[in-house]
Amino acid sequence: MRRHIAYIASNTFREAVRDRVLYNLIVFALLISGAAILVGQISIDIERLVVINLGLTAISLFGVIIAIFVGIGLVSKEIEKRTLYTVLARPVRRWEFIVGKFFGLAGTLTVNTFFMALGVFAALLYVSQHFQHSDVWVLVALYFIILQFLIVTALALLFSSFSSPLLSAVFAFSLFIIGSFAEDLRGFAAMTQGATRWLATGAAYLVPNLSALNIVSSVAHEQPVSAQLVLFNTAYALVYVGMVLCGAILIFDRRDFK
Amino acid sequence: MKPSRHVTIVVSLLMVTFLAGSVTLLRHLDAVRSATPLEEVLYISSPKLLRRMSLGYEGLLADVYWTRAIQYFGGHHHQGGQNYALLAPLLEITTALDPHLVVAYEFGANFLAPNPPNGAGMPQEAITMVQQGIAANPDNWKLYYQLGFINYTELKNYSAAADAFERGSRVANAHPVMKVLAARMAQHAGDSQMARALWTTTYNTIHDKQIRANAVAHLRALQSDDTVVALENLALQFRQQTGHFPASFNEMIVSGVLQGVPVDPAGHTYELLPQGKIQLRVPDDLPFAEKGLPPGYKARNRLKSSPEGS
Repeated sequence: MRRHIAYIASNTFREAVRDRVLYNLIVFALLISGAAILVGQISIDIERLVVINLGLTAISLFGVIIAIFVGIGLVSKEIEKRTLYTVLARPVRRWEFIVGKFFGLAGTLTVNTFFMALGVFAALLYVSQHFQHSDVWVLVALYFIILQFLIVTALALLFSSFSSPLLSAVFAFSLFIIGSFAEDLRGFAAMTQGATRWLATGAAYLVPNLSALNIVSSVAHEQPVSAQLVLFNTAYALVYVGMVLCGAILIFDRRDFK
Repeated sequence: MKPSRHVTIVVSLLMVTFLAGSVTLLRHLDAVRSATPLEEVLYISSPKLLRRMSLGYEGLLADVYWTRAIQYFGGHHHQGGQNYALLAPLLEITTALDPHLVVAYEFGANFLAPNPPNGAGMPQEAITMVQQGIAANPDNWKLYYQLGFINYTELKNYSAAADAFERGSRVANAHPVMKVLAARMAQHAGDSQMARALWTTTYNTIHDKQIRANAVAHLRALQSDDTVVALENLALQFRQQTGHFPASFNEMIVSGVLQGVPVDPAGHTYELLPQGKIQLRVPDDLPFAEKGLPPGYKARNRLKSSPEGS
């Protein structure tokens, strides 16, 4: 079972690399080095702030775009190219296929984030000539960004399991936007009454809570991150990914590919 | 290919478990991050910058900040908060994003100006905000009313209040009460009749629940203050008739001075003290009451959210 998942995951990773997904690193490298040189020359005491804000925001956006646009094709491309039939003809269970695909793209995004993080730290070193203790919070922010990617990847995979690539992209991107305002959504729900309150609260708890995973502004201002937040965010992301993948498996298990 | 029954059962159970787990964890996350979503106000406090960042969706962003403002105030107030440092920037951002969101100015006028725990204790910021509101919405009489209201209730600047009411009464479609308020300011500035008229107008013309609850609380307090003064006068009258202060309300009823045992607007009987003094039994239930308070009593956060209750 583990072998099947690992095999599908490594194939997904290789395919993403073959599809030149990691080329975004070049754009990112140009962006971050350009920003570092620019703010280094302007020097208005916010060089670190700009590098962290710009770097982490770019990592997050690049990753989300990759997660959505690669994620939506994970199942549909296999069907289109008819490679899915070859895979499922082997003793591979459908849920193993979904889980393997998820880990493959998650691995791609983690590697991608790792290289982009190197770029951010290099730019930080360039603008301030040294690392400081608060930079450890940047690592935590990067970890949260990876958790964000896991959730978005799982959602893209879920939509990909039953919908067309275009609609999947729209659904996944919409949920990413809604999820970024999840806390406000729960705030809106709390202000309603009666049946509307129940419905709104239910919807607010069902959408991914991505706002808690976005701590870019606070780490840019060298604010520490509590251990509790790390713990709860990690647990939440894993549980939410588990829930979405279960949904994807249930749908994919029922699809007729004849 | 038929779906495996075993996989379906296991995965369905897992999904429900994960869903329950995610809801539980979200509650924990909300508790950990109770104030965090608002902290960004400290990082990006420039309304102009936020306006540019909203990419043309400033109306939606204003709604988000408006919700945050009332939740921030409501949450802090519920916990008896003494510090509302973020209320002014939140409202400033809200009104900068949507200068026509009149309810935000009204909220600012009612809760920025009063001292903690019933407000942020920033009357000047409240005045500035409402003046900006008037500049953006010169035809809205409610903003002139709010300007007069802050000047009257918080700054005791009766001439500025009269001027605001008078200017507001000249706006097309202004509520008739504006003319009445402007006229009464000259005669009744500083008395409880004027205050009652203002709070009644607030209650009748504003739909926001928190603002109306605040108005009801003030009206109850004014009613109680008047009753306390009246009862103490009756106790003095009793003394003039009998040569001593009454020992109980029953004694006053028997002598014909009083019709029945008096009850405050919160439903509690008043306490008759020696020397004919009247005291509230549960002062916490009558926010803003100024008469009949126990010696050394310090007002706590006592605003109740029952605007329809009286």
